[in-house]
Amino acid sequence: MENIIFERIKKDISENDVVLFMKGTAAFPQCGFSAAVAQVLSQLGVRFKDVNVLEDATIRQGIKDFTNWPTIPQLYIKGEFIGGCDIVREMFTTGELQDLLKDKGVPFKDAA
Amino acid sequence: MAMQAETIADMIRSGIPSATVTIQDLRGDGEHYSAHIVSPSFKGLTRVQQHQMVYKALQGKMGGELHALAIQTSVPKE
Repeated sequence: MENIIFERIKKDISENDVVLFMKGTAAFPQCGFSAAVAQVLSQLGVRFKDVNVLEDATIRQGIKDFTNWPTIPQLYIKGEFIGGCDIVREMFTTGELQDLLKDKGVPFKDAA
Repeated sequence: MAMQAETIADMIRSGIPSATVTIQDLRGDGEHYSAHIVSPSFKGLTRVQQHQMVYKALQGKMGGELHALAIQTSVPKE
């Protein structure tokens, strides 16, 4: 069962530059941490695919097994797991997230 | 069931060699904490790997009993 879920996750993160596994949706986040990451991305004008783990319990657990990361949200850029809310916020504050987006050729609007 | 700050700090200290741990109770409800962990064992690891070390030290409590623990990791300044 697990590899079906992993295959779905791999498909999502390979077909979309930026994927956010979150509780709720970008428009209606249902958890403060998920909302914080979605807000960072929209502040940077980054287009991303939101995957609402609340709609699918198998994805909700599968994503944690996939990355050996116990919490949601989880951010992927070009197929690479970047981190959860703490890491994304820290990288945004230090500017590392913006550098990473530049390196990976993901368009965004730099507020600086 | 909430967790006590000291329990969290002790678990992290026993799981991560020579870690200095500072915990803040963000809302006084025993469920929302922030922790700053400084340890030389983080050296050369990505942030994701550093945080995974912390989660491992918490032996599966993260995301379950412990709903919200904001983690910040760093290597001691030389």
